[in-house]
Amino acid sequence: MELKNKIPFHFSIIFTIACIILVITFWISIVYGSADINTSTILNAVFNYDPEDVNHNIIIDVRIPRDIGALLVGVALAVSGAGIQSVTRNSLADPSLIGLNSGAALMLALTYAVSPVITFPLLILTGFIGAMLGGTMVLMIGRSRKDGFNPVRLILAGAAVSALLSAASQAIALYFRLNQSLIFWSSGGVSGTTWQQLYTGIPVVAIIVVIFILISGQLSILNLGESIAKGLGQNVKLIRAGTMLLSMLLAGISVAIVGQIAFVGLMVPHISRFLVGTDYKKVIPLTAVLGGCLVVSADTVARLMGEAPVSAIISFIGVPYFLYLIKKGGRTI
Amino acid sequence: MNRLTGRNLTIAYGNKIIIENLDIGIPDKKITSIIGPNGCGKSTLLKALCRLLPIKKGKIALDGTDINKSASKEIAKKIAILPQSPEVADGLTVGELVSYGRYPYQKGFGRLVPEDVEVIDWALQVTGITEFKHRIINDLSGGQKQRVWIAMALAQKTDIIFLDEPTTFLDIAHQLEILELIKELNQKQQTTIVMVLHDINQAIRFSDYMITMKDGEVITQGNIPEVLSSQLLAEVFQIDAELMQDKLTGKPMIANYQLVNRKYSKVEIK
Repeated sequence: MELKNKIPFHFSIIFTIACIILVITFWISIVYGSADINTSTILNAVFNYDPEDVNHNIIIDVRIPRDIGALLVGVALAVSGAGIQSVTRNSLADPSLIGLNSGAALMLALTYAVSPVITFPLLILTGFIGAMLGGTMVLMIGRSRKDGFNPVRLILAGAAVSALLSAASQAIALYFRLNQSLIFWSSGGVSGTTWQQLYTGIPVVAIIVVIFILISGQLSILNLGESIAKGLGQNVKLIRAGTMLLSMLLAGISVAIVGQIAFVGLMVPHISRFLVGTDYKKVIPLTAVLGGCLVVSADTVARLMGEAPVSAIISFIGVPYFLYLIKKGGRTI
Repeated sequence: MNRLTGRNLTIAYGNKIIIENLDIGIPDKKITSIIGPNGCGKSTLLKALCRLLPIKKGKIALDGTDINKSASKEIAKKIAILPQSPEVADGLTVGELVSYGRYPYQKGFGRLVPEDVEVIDWALQVTGITEFKHRIINDLSGGQKQRVWIAMALAQKTDIIFLDEPTTFLDIAHQLEILELIKELNQKQQTTIVMVLHDINQAIRFSDYMITMKDGEVITQGNIPEVLSSQLLAEVFQIDAELMQDKLTGKPMIANYQLVNRKYSKVEIK
């Protein structure tokens, strides 16, 4: 019975702390902004909404949707990263590094070129299709029969395909004169998040994350390698394909909301594993919470710096971390 | 009695046929070693017999049913597999890995029931690693790691365990420890063991039954005293060896061996 006591106890403490940090960062991000608003005004805005009050409008129509958007994107990207890392057994994998984000962005650019007015659910769908396109290209190139997903080859393939797809997005943007709307995307910002987007985004992300938590035991088995997983009776192909699809869907949603943000899916699962070990039953929930913390706080910092691009803020931490992992050897997990 | 049999097996990697029209039977409750030179197809055969590798033709049957047509989880309750030098993620603990051996018995969410915990504790105890339960696997020595993997296989509670070169990368003392453990499992739990081994003397010492292979074909299969001979070693391994009696075990052992074709053994040094 020791197994049940010692480690999960440890996990529940860390998980609780992470949740508390998330609540605090979320609160701070509502309070601080170009107009500082105090706590009582926020509570009033939520429970006692007055349409005439400017501060109330800022909170309800701008800040809260923006913060929920940041939270949603953080959760989606981080969990997507954990999923991709388990499928490829590659600790350097990340939705943006394996072409999901650039693929989604390309499809969204195409969609905008065809019709400037499209509903958000349709945007999510196109983002998903684009993520599938980009991801499939990278995985096909990065995979070999001999050693599976070699970490470095996968990253190289990802870089090349991402460059190609981004170039294609830019060409479309130039040709159809979409620069305004696409620059906003490529820099990645949640400031334009609307309730309309959240009504679709929240349930979809929530459902996928719940599915991920339900199959987290399967991911732990998958992570033991193909021979062991098959030997234990797992349907390896099904779990791989399902996980990959869900990860692509999450990447597609986050690109549809915020544009391209890299490194969230790389860093957060690493931090989670560092804190609670490699069992995905613990890694997935913690990754979701920490992903939310990271993007919400990065967005707050971005806002305080006068609307700096949130993707740049995250890259500022993400790039050194990525380089550190490469230096460490980028070994398979 | 053979619960596990292969009939007419043709096994290929892609289009390259490794094994063709092979018949094989694995004796119950015995230790079987598959030996042969590098590239003879012994690992391929092992993987096919435990459904890790699809077969092109033929049928592998366990208790009369085709293992490639049965539910994989059901097979995992009867056959456990320890692949060659498996790797484990950093940060995984011994207890966690061994608990994954219960996967074939779990439904849905995969919570451990009291019976699972009991079996896990038993597996840790049999392999002598109870004290390492909360340790990180990658912090352990090679011999200890191998025990952890064997414990995971035991947690599957199967009648048959396959091991692909379980002693690779271990020093001689740890090799013996692992082989003694395997033998003990066979004797105490009546587990059928099938393993690929490189060392002929270890294969002779620790197994009852021997399958020798060369170029994708089974040359002999049978009880060791009946099949082992100098001619066999010359044919399969291209070595000229003397068979002596091991004073320690009373079993045969090979000694004074050299290449049959001496010209390969002479390295010219100028």
